[in-house]
Amino acid sequence: MSTPYDHPETIVCPGGPMLLRGRHVVGDADGVPHETTRPVTAVCRCERSASLPWCDGTHKVLPERLRPS
Amino acid sequence: MELPTPRGPLSEALFAALRSTDDFLPVLAETSGASVDDGTLCLWVLHQLHYREITGVPDTLEWDPQLLRLRALLEDDLERRLRSRFTAPTGLSFVVDFFDWVDEHDGASLAVHVHREATRDQVLEMLRERSLYHLMESDPTAWVVPRLGARAKAALMELQYDEYGAGDPNRLHHHLFALGMEASGLDATFGVYVDDASTEILEQNNAMTLLGLHRRHRAAALGHLAAFEATSSLPSRRMVQGLERLGFPQELVGYYAEHVEADAVHEQLAVRTIIGAVLEEAPELAEDAWFGAFTCLDLEDRVARQMLDRWGVRDERDVA
Repeated sequence: MSTPYDHPETIVCPGGPMLLRGRHVVGDADGVPHETTRPVTAVCRCERSASLPWCDGTHKVLPERLRPS
Repeated sequence: MELPTPRGPLSEALFAALRSTDDFLPVLAETSGASVDDGTLCLWVLHQLHYREITGVPDTLEWDPQLLRLRALLEDDLERRLRSRFTAPTGLSFVVDFFDWVDEHDGASLAVHVHREATRDQVLEMLRERSLYHLMESDPTAWVVPRLGARAKAALMELQYDEYGAGDPNRLHHHLFALGMEASGLDATFGVYVDDASTEILEQNNAMTLLGLHRRHRAAALGHLAAFEATSSLPSRRMVQGLERLGFPQELVGYYAEHVEADAVHEQLAVRTIIGAVLEEAPELAEDAWFGAFTCLDLEDRVARQMLDRWGVRDERDVA
């Protein structure tokens, strides 16, 4: 109980996005900066989101080999 | 809100007694033999006593013991019906296997129909019925917060904070839906369209409140939340495109657009940080979490099929 709980700034979701806590600026593929707007943000890792650089759930309809590890 | 139109002898008796604050014991006698539709409407009204004022009904009735007895009978009946449809998966880890399980169990989709085929009137009909939940979005889950340990509680609040606009009422999800309804020419007063609601829609709402209100159902409530979030992001994208196709106003499109990215976050939080924490503390609650998740998908499938059948939609793509 006295050990602090783990509360990382980033959480990598197997097969899915990376969760990012707090305010950050994330660059897209063209180097355009995007600021996070919510308490936790899901950053796309499959590179097929229609809302890049943010996750829109598209990884779930990809075949397993195309999902990020 | 106003009391709805009764749907049978039980709701006739209950609503008359609520207005007159008569003794409720005679109403209890009406429960045996009441139709599912009649009982479901009564439970929906009794649940609403915990959320908001009902015109002509004293606020003190929220905790009236005789009404709580009636609520318990109707909730027992609902829980029995929901459990009778559920078979617990075996050999699956909720955190690891959840998304694949959802993929296999996801049912009929209204968003698929709205995306390409639905008419404007069908969408308006859908919005009126969906408003019973979307105008109180996340509220049933808020009951769960005090029932959790430190890790799961902080994790649920991290998600709920976003649902409630992260401190900004202009971003609060049920407020966004109200703005979308008004811009679409609909009345955003809570409960105004309840007479149009199918039994399935009412039962969908009752299930969420049932799971939220009872501490023993806390894992089921969170399993329901996880399934709800996990079936929202991609359908919300289809809704955005369907609403744009039909020329609906930006306020309504914006409500669904918000859910594309928000729920891509929430589905991960629900499974990994919220239920992950609950099940680490109490692994024996895994079956309850699956029960909640199944109930969410099963009820949404029944809601969608009922609506698609009403519209005469038989195309396999719409019920895939």
